[in-house]
Amino acid sequence: MKDLERALLRLFLVVALPALLVVAWWYASDGSTDIYWPPLRTILTTFPDVWTGERLREDVLPSVLRLSAGYACAAVAGVALGTVIGSYRRVRAVCEPVLEFLRAVPPPVLVPVIMLFAGIGDTMKIAVIASGCVWPILLNTVEGVRAVDSVMSETARSYGITGVARLRHLVLPAASPQIFAGLRQALSIGIILMVISEMFAASNGLGFTIVQFQRGFAIPDMWTGILLLGLLGFVLSVVFRLVERRALGWYHGARDASRRSS
Amino acid sequence: MLDVRGLKKVYEGSGRRVEAVRDLTFTVDAGELVCLVGPSGCGKTTLLKCVGGLLTPTAGEVLVGGRRVTGPPPDMAVVFQEYGRSLFPWMRVRENVELPLKQKKSSSARRRELVADALASVGLTDAAGAYPWQLSGGMQQRVAIARALAYEPDVLLMDEPFAAVDAQTRADLEDLVRGLWRQRGITILFVTHDIDEAVYLGERVLILSSSPTVVQEQLKIDLPADRDQLHTRVAPRFAELRTHVYEQIQAAKRGTPVADRLVKDLTDTPPPSKPQ
Repeated sequence: MKDLERALLRLFLVVALPALLVVAWWYASDGSTDIYWPPLRTILTTFPDVWTGERLREDVLPSVLRLSAGYACAAVAGVALGTVIGSYRRVRAVCEPVLEFLRAVPPPVLVPVIMLFAGIGDTMKIAVIASGCVWPILLNTVEGVRAVDSVMSETARSYGITGVARLRHLVLPAASPQIFAGLRQALSIGIILMVISEMFAASNGLGFTIVQFQRGFAIPDMWTGILLLGLLGFVLSVVFRLVERRALGWYHGARDASRRSS
Repeated sequence: MLDVRGLKKVYEGSGRRVEAVRDLTFTVDAGELVCLVGPSGCGKTTLLKCVGGLLTPTAGEVLVGGRRVTGPPPDMAVVFQEYGRSLFPWMRVRENVELPLKQKKSSSARRRELVADALASVGLTDAAGAYPWQLSGGMQQRVAIARALAYEPDVLLMDEPFAAVDAQTRADLEDLVRGLWRQRGITILFVTHDIDEAVYLGERVLILSSSPTVVQEQLKIDLPADRDQLHTRVAPRFAELRTHVYEQIQAAKRGTPVADRLVKDLTDTPPPSKPQ
C-alpha cells in the first residue's frame, strides 16, 4: 500500500508541471484569433490530419534514420578517436588546440560548407549531424579515458591484462560514465542539426515539412510539427535514459554505496 | 624464489631528484612468508612496484624464479592496499576473479573451478554474484585475495593490504593470509607499516631504513608456526621481537646506525640470514 502511494505521488510529481503548462496553454490560447497563435484546440485537432501514416513514413522516418546514422557515426568516431587521444599524452598535446577550435565552431555553420562537398542529399545531412555530435562525445571520452584510475591500471598490468583486453575490460568501462555524458549532450545537438540540415536543402523530413507549412501559412500545421519534434526529443531522451540506466547500473550503484558510507 | 639485488630507484622530474630506494638486496626463499616493514615514506611501495615489474629500477635487478623481471611476471600476483580501486566496479565478484584467468587463456571449465575454489578459500562463495561495492571493505579485500589465489601465482606480493580496514577485520584477514600461506605453500612478500602485523605474520621480517632506503636489518621470527591472535600476541617472545623491530624503526627514523645494545638484548635471536 505504501509503495503504491509512493508510486502515485511520484507519478503526480512527474506529470503535474507538464499538465499545468498544457492547461495554461489551452486556456490562454482558447478563443485566440491571432493567425500566428492558433488555439491549442485547433492545433490538437489538426495533428492527426497532418501526421498521417504516409507523412510519418515519408517525412518523420527519413529524419529519424538520418539522425540515427549521423549519431551512430559520431558515437563510433568520437569514442574511437577519444580513446586514442586520451590514451597518449603526446597525441593529446598535439590535438588539443585543434579540438578546442573545432569545438568552438557552431555546427550549423558547417551546413553550407558540407553542402559544397557532399551535395544536398542524405550524405550531407548525415555528415552535418555527425560533425556536430562528435565533439561532446570525443571530448568526454578523452577526459574519461585520461581519468582511468591508476590503481586499476596497475592491477590490470600486473595481471597481464593489456592491449585489446585492457581496452575492453578496463578503459572503456571506466570511461563509460563520461562517454554517456557526451552521448547525452550529443543527442540534443543531433536533433537540432537534423532539423537545421533539412531546412537548408531537402525534399522531405521534419525540418523541411515545418518550413513548408510556415511558408504556406498553414500555421496550425506548423505548430503540430513543433509539437511532434518536442515529442520526438522527449521519447529519444527517455530511451536514452533507459539504455544508460542499464549500461551504467554499476556506476549508479557504486556511487550510491559510497554516498551512504560517507 | 625472489631475488632483489642492489635495487635502486631514483625519481626524476620537474627539476627534482628523489632517491626513493638506494640499495636494497635481499632474497625470499620459495614458500617463505617475508614481511617488509619500515617507517612511513621509506619507499616500500616503490620497492614492491619494482618487484612486481610495474616500475623499472634505476639500477640493480629483481629475479623471480631465476628470471629477470622486466615487466609484470606471469607467475606473480599483487594485492594492493586500495581494494576499492583495485577491483573493477563494473564486474561482479566472479568476473573480477575470472578476468585474469581469461587473459591467461585457461579453459572455461578450469576457470570455473579456480574461481569457485578461490572464493571458497576466502569464505566468499555466496558473494560471487555481487558487485564489489555491495560488499564491506574487508570482503572486498578478500575478493582481491581470491583473485590473486585463482591466478595460481608462485609469488604473491601484498602492499599494505589491510591498512584500510578496521582492526577486527584486519585480524581476521591476517589469519586468513597465514592460513592460505600454510595451505598452499605460496611465496609471500608482505609489505606493511604495522610492526605487530609484520611480526605476527612473518617468518622473517625485513626492516627498512627511512628514505633513501636500505635494508636496516633482517630478523628471523622464531615464533611457532601455529599462531593465533589470542595467544601469539601476548607471548613474551612476541613482545621482545616487536620491541626490537620498533626500536630499529625508531633508529631508522632518526637516521642513527644500529645500536649494538639492541642486538645484545636479543642474544637468543638467531643471527639474521645473510643476503646471498
